Amino acid sequence: MSGNEFGRATRSRLGQNPYAVLVHRLGVDSRAAALIARPLPAAALAPALRFAVSTLDLTTLDGRDTEERIRALCARARRPDPADPTVPPVAAVCVHPRLTAVARDALAGSTVRVAAVVAGFPAAQTPLATRLAEVEAAVTSGADEVDAVLSRGLFLAGRRDETRAELRSLRAAAGPARLKIILETGELETYDQVRAAADLALECGADFLKTSTGRSEPGATPGTVLLLLQTAREHQRRTGAPVGVKAAGGIRSARQALGLLQIARATLGDAWLASGHFRIGASTLLADLLLQLRRLHGREAGARWEVAEAWA
Amino acid sequence: MSRLVDAPPVQATLWPHAPDRETLEVRVTARCQPFVAGAFRAPRSGRFLLVREPATGAPLYEAALCGAADVAAAVRAARAAAPAWRRLPGPTRTRILLRAAQLLRERARELAVLESRNVGKPIRESLGEDLAEAERHFFHYAGWADKLEHATDLRAWRPAAACAVILPWNYPLLLAAAHLAPALAAGATLVLKPAPTTPLTTLRLAELLQQAGVPDGVVNVVPGDAATGAALAAHPEVERIVFVGSSAQGRQLAAALAGRGDRLALELGGKSPQIVCADADLDQAAEGVYAGAFGNAGQACSAGSRLLVEESVRAPLLERLTARLAATRIGDPLDWGSELGPLHTEEHRARVRAAIERARDEGAEVSGPAPALPAEGWWQAPCLLLGVQPAHRAAREEIFGPVLAVSTFRTPEEAIALANHSPYGLAAGVWTEKGSKAQELAARLQAGMVWINSYGRFDPAAPFGGVRESGHGRVGGRAGLRFYLEPQA
Repeated sequence: MSGNEFGRATRSRLGQNPYAVLVHRLGVDSRAAALIARPLPAAALAPALRFAVSTLDLTTLDGRDTEERIRALCARARRPDPADPTVPPVAAVCVHPRLTAVARDALAGSTVRVAAVVAGFPAAQTPLATRLAEVEAAVTSGADEVDAVLSRGLFLAGRRDETRAELRSLRAAAGPARLKIILETGELETYDQVRAAADLALECGADFLKTSTGRSEPGATPGTVLLLLQTAREHQRRTGAPVGVKAAGGIRSARQALGLLQIARATLGDAWLASGHFRIGASTLLADLLLQLRRLHGREAGARWEVAEAWA
Repeated sequence: MSRLVDAPPVQATLWPHAPDRETLEVRVTARCQPFVAGAFRAPRSGRFLLVREPATGAPLYEAALCGAADVAAAVRAARAAAPAWRRLPGPTRTRILLRAAQLLRERARELAVLESRNVGKPIRESLGEDLAEAERHFFHYAGWADKLEHATDLRAWRPAAACAVILPWNYPLLLAAAHLAPALAAGATLVLKPAPTTPLTTLRLAELLQQAGVPDGVVNVVPGDAATGAALAAHPEVERIVFVGSSAQGRQLAAALAGRGDRLALELGGKSPQIVCADADLDQAAEGVYAGAFGNAGQACSAGSRLLVEESVRAPLLERLTARLAATRIGDPLDWGSELGPLHTEEHRARVRAAIERARDEGAEVSGPAPALPAEGWWQAPCLLLGVQPAHRAAREEIFGPVLAVSTFRTPEEAIALANHSPYGLAAGVWTEKGSKAQELAARLQAGMVWINSYGRFDPAAPFGGVRESGHGRVGGRAGLRFYLEPQA
């Protein structure tokens, strides 16, 4: 063994990003598993479920979406459970760009934001000009937030400079809107790649790191979400500016959602979590959250039709 | 254009950190008496020790302090039971050990609650780690009981009779299980001497083994203090001696037993290093180092109580560790949210505090949170000792508390030199994402166990034990079995 061999730090070989780190996958996964091993105690359940509702990006990304369906979704977003005034509105609704104007009108006067999936969702394989035009159109028609997909093809090919340039132009096109970069972690596959992509997105001005489109497996696993939270924490340490994390993809049960909230709270703390930096993107999750709340309140849990997505 | 971009973020109310106390009520045995030949009996010594609950300082139960007569009775019972137990077919012992593993699982909550109350360790550790591991030991060795001819290089053997096992207070149930399982699989009979303050779960385990079908007299337990242990070790009819405890006591015992050779196994103390290189994943390393150093409030022989960090990442790693310590939830061991419990006894806490003060006098900076601790009980906040030099006692001596000594290194050579600069050699951890470097470092560390990118993960199949002043002898795997077999020709 020579001393020189040891002296060469792995991170320096990654070159392009001075902060690039290799990720200890087992460490991340076991920590995430430990954080959610114990469900929340009974006394914390109802407040946690209500909090989970307030972090939701209530989503519909269906080819059959109509304007009327979006209005139904928005009504739901404003008042998730008409029978229970303690349930807060969701954080945002997330729709296709064609429907942002409808959502904006339907949500006027509420705190619920409008988010649009953009930039060639979900594959990011359309020409860059088309993607940028889509972002601009979405923002012009009322999107407060844009969920833009990362070009995984470019990133996995190792073309970091081009990826960076694309991300920067997405940032510019989004203008004042919040930019969430969807990494599609299931396609990036290794945590090293997820971490590198997340660092790149933050370097280029992303406001949120988002796990998945929901169109590839696995989606927002506890380990992946923890990794993005750690990336956000590191960014905050270095720059002082908080960034957000959005978990999306395959989150269907209240148990899953509460687990992710436990991970977020343990990793980034109360102030960060309470100021809206964590989001959960889901379409069917809301029904289970409301169902569990009803069970806790001793109301008839059998009335599943009441909490099920009336727009589905 | 967007309406809400400049709106202030909505402050939502987080859920409260509600208490999450383990609900199982378990009756504590009022008097812990010796378990000899399958029955509890009053100690002939007539002496008892009042054991207090570490979390509150309140009396918990009375533990017998057995004398020479009790020890002699236990050894006699173990010898008497030996011939029949040894002749039992291997598959029968397998069935008994499997049944024991099953019973341990069924009664895990009960035993964990008692362990947490008696030792002071958080229920997450007692139930989540200790009990799970204890069960794995029985499960593992159940498989060996009918395959002993494949376990060693021996052509013929006789299981040892009346093996003395002297145990400490930090992992009473787990250590009892870890030594009982291989001994029973080998066909040996035993006398266990738990620590004076922790016979509770050891006795329940002996009772549980009886239920599982272990014949009377095969497992005997004599609660007691150092004098009891000395009487047991010195008993001429004892064929094997296992001592788990401090290096000082281990040395005394070895001196007293000079010449008894391989019949003695020592599992002693440690000051195990955790080496964090600049190319480690610092987020994960910080969590691993934290768990390795502060698990069971640092009251573990294999605790990773020395942090050696590469100078270039000292600041970011310490930032993470400091934040982790500040976020540590200290409190009721029976609460599932608690990560850190009290120290085991008032005397032990005084020793830990004295060691911290000594480190401060040597020039170390004591850094850690100052949480509000309960007024009653033997609570101690966790801390880092910064700027510890190799010459400091804080770098060389076992503190056995929630205290992590931090030093830096510049090159791998220096890391190895610092790590090996210790009278101990129990365990070590290496944190780097570079595989070749991890292997090189691990190979050159003088320790019985080295973890790469983890710490404190155990498996019954892996031999546990140390070198140098950390002792000799191995528990686990085939090595653990071999100790209990007497070669024959």
